[in-house]
Amino acid sequence: MNNDSIGSFNIRDYLREDMFPHFLCPGCGHGIAMRALLWAIHELGIANDNLAIVSGIGCSGRIGAYVDANTFHVTHGRPLAFATGLALSRPDLNVIVITGDGDCLAIGGNHLIHACRRNLNMTCMMLNNEVYGMTGGQASPTTSPTRFTTTSPTGSIEPVFNACDLAAAAGASFVGREVTLQTPALKNLLRQAIAHDGFSFVEVISDCTEIFGRKNDLGDSPEMILSQKGSMRPEFYGNVVDQPFRPNPMKTGVFVDIDRPEYGSVYRDHVKNVQAQAST
Amino acid sequence: MRAVGQLQNLQGNHACAMGAIAAGCRFFAGYPITPSSEVAEKMSLELPRVDGIFIQMEDEIASMGAILGASMGGAKVMTATSGPGFSLKQENIGYAAGAEIPCVVVNVMRGGPSTGLPTRPAQGDIMQSRWGTHGDHAVIVLAPSSVKEVYEETIRAFRLTETLRVPVLIIYDEVIGHLVETVELPVAEAIESFSRKWATGAKEGFKPYAETDDMIPFMARPGDGYRAHTTGLTTSESGFPTQNPDEVERIVRRRLKKLDHHADAIESFEEIDCDDAEIVLVAIGICARAAGRAHQQARRKGLKVGLFRPITLWPFPEAAFRRAAKKAKHVIVPEMNAGQLILEIDRLIHGKNRPIGLNRIDGEVIEPATILQQIEALV
Repeated sequence: MNNDSIGSFNIRDYLREDMFPHFLCPGCGHGIAMRALLWAIHELGIANDNLAIVSGIGCSGRIGAYVDANTFHVTHGRPLAFATGLALSRPDLNVIVITGDGDCLAIGGNHLIHACRRNLNMTCMMLNNEVYGMTGGQASPTTSPTRFTTTSPTGSIEPVFNACDLAAAAGASFVGREVTLQTPALKNLLRQAIAHDGFSFVEVISDCTEIFGRKNDLGDSPEMILSQKGSMRPEFYGNVVDQPFRPNPMKTGVFVDIDRPEYGSVYRDHVKNVQAQAST
Repeated sequence: MRAVGQLQNLQGNHACAMGAIAAGCRFFAGYPITPSSEVAEKMSLELPRVDGIFIQMEDEIASMGAILGASMGGAKVMTATSGPGFSLKQENIGYAAGAEIPCVVVNVMRGGPSTGLPTRPAQGDIMQSRWGTHGDHAVIVLAPSSVKEVYEETIRAFRLTETLRVPVLIIYDEVIGHLVETVELPVAEAIESFSRKWATGAKEGFKPYAETDDMIPFMARPGDGYRAHTTGLTTSESGFPTQNPDEVERIVRRRLKKLDHHADAIESFEEIDCDDAEIVLVAIGICARAAGRAHQQARRKGLKVGLFRPITLWPFPEAAFRRAAKKAKHVIVPEMNAGQLILEIDRLIHGKNRPIGLNRIDGEVIEPATILQQIEALV
């Protein structure tokens, strides 16, 4: 069985194979998210040369290095800031930011809301595994209450961010969420996000089996992924099912998809106007 | 009204912006902060006129990140800030130093620490400009002391950062930033062109940090087909992270030695009447102007006084200073801090008389009369 290809998509066309074996733990969902991302890129026909991946610090930040493209692994929390400079000055590139729940919502939270507000053309894929995995399993802004981490050894007491609600409230013109188990759906979501003209935010519910899962007795990776799916409700179901059996399911799907002026083209029009006024 | 090739009254901060544009800067990201905001304001007006990009970011850190993103995309970039903002930018300055990303960062110095004296001048960031970001790293720091020099040094900052791939910081105190002087700016054609060392050769097997004779690696421009990896992690020549001690040592050493290798291009200083000087004044920024005046007055009185002014502050022009201070019995260091530049001077004249510090930390400038008094007290 060849796991490398799906139709015309062969993941090896998009990987730096000499970088393998990769550093991700067994059972980590990040690799599935990366596959979905590269699959979407393939379907959109984006050339590796024109693909720019900007990532932050953490497990999510490291996966950019495996992609055979222009890859920038920048400082903690700042990939959206770096990507803003890159995307604004190089509109010919397809800029994709890969970030995590800590990188994006904690240290980088300010950049997230302003990137949403500005609506510069790029896609932000946030891998949410509820934990700082790279540093050994500390609590993040998405760690569910009562969960055990190395900095919440008696159970987390902090409220969480709903990243998609946050992005939508801040003005992101495309917002969606998917679980890694639904890989084709995740691919389709990312494909829509990348094709969208403006700032797109995609939250991927990933799993940290080795650290977060083990500490919270959540079972192995298949168990974790299945329970994630169980706690999600696709957007198109509306409110008709699963109440009151699952009172607080998170939604998956596309939550925002609106046309709003893209910042880069607004800026370029502005420059033209300024120059036209100066010459008259 | 293009403002080149003619006499005009310019503020230091505006001269910085004009110098940047003359040098080819086409991307500026900034955040409002006194007393540097005029740099951003001028850039917001001028950049769109030359197809450049100005963006006001959400914070200082984002401004620094955005210019590095744009620089990695190929643009000549700058940001400007002051004390608290300079502190916030340090981590990303370290990224630029590690990944060798060209950028110019302007710090208009105000009183500190913390919010300190936002509208008052100081020179308290002399050491921070050299050692602000963590770890062993190379940066170049330029310290102009007139409006004309701000313009010229900003152009030189771009030449250095683009050709050497080292972050270049420009520091000057609030007085220089807001000082209005009559300057004649050169016509654009008079500015010697320069460009980054872009990768143009074989794409197969390209190593973004391969060692070269001049110690400056070829930079891959996204879209040119090299598909390089850039990271703040310590890398091997391949651009990918390494923890191999030999590889780590080699790349860290190369980045540091790069400055020695190009010392001739980097070094810049002004030396007046030091040949026979028994007293040498060492100062930067507005203190160098006051010291210059005190030096003139002292010479009129027949006192053997010289002035040594580092224009490239870091790396400090060590050999030139040692030559200048060869005959000096005393070295006076007037500076608007509690004693920073004097630490370097003390290190360099070690074994001779200890340098004498003239310090002011009350938000006011050091006046020529104060320096002259100190000179007269020594003879």
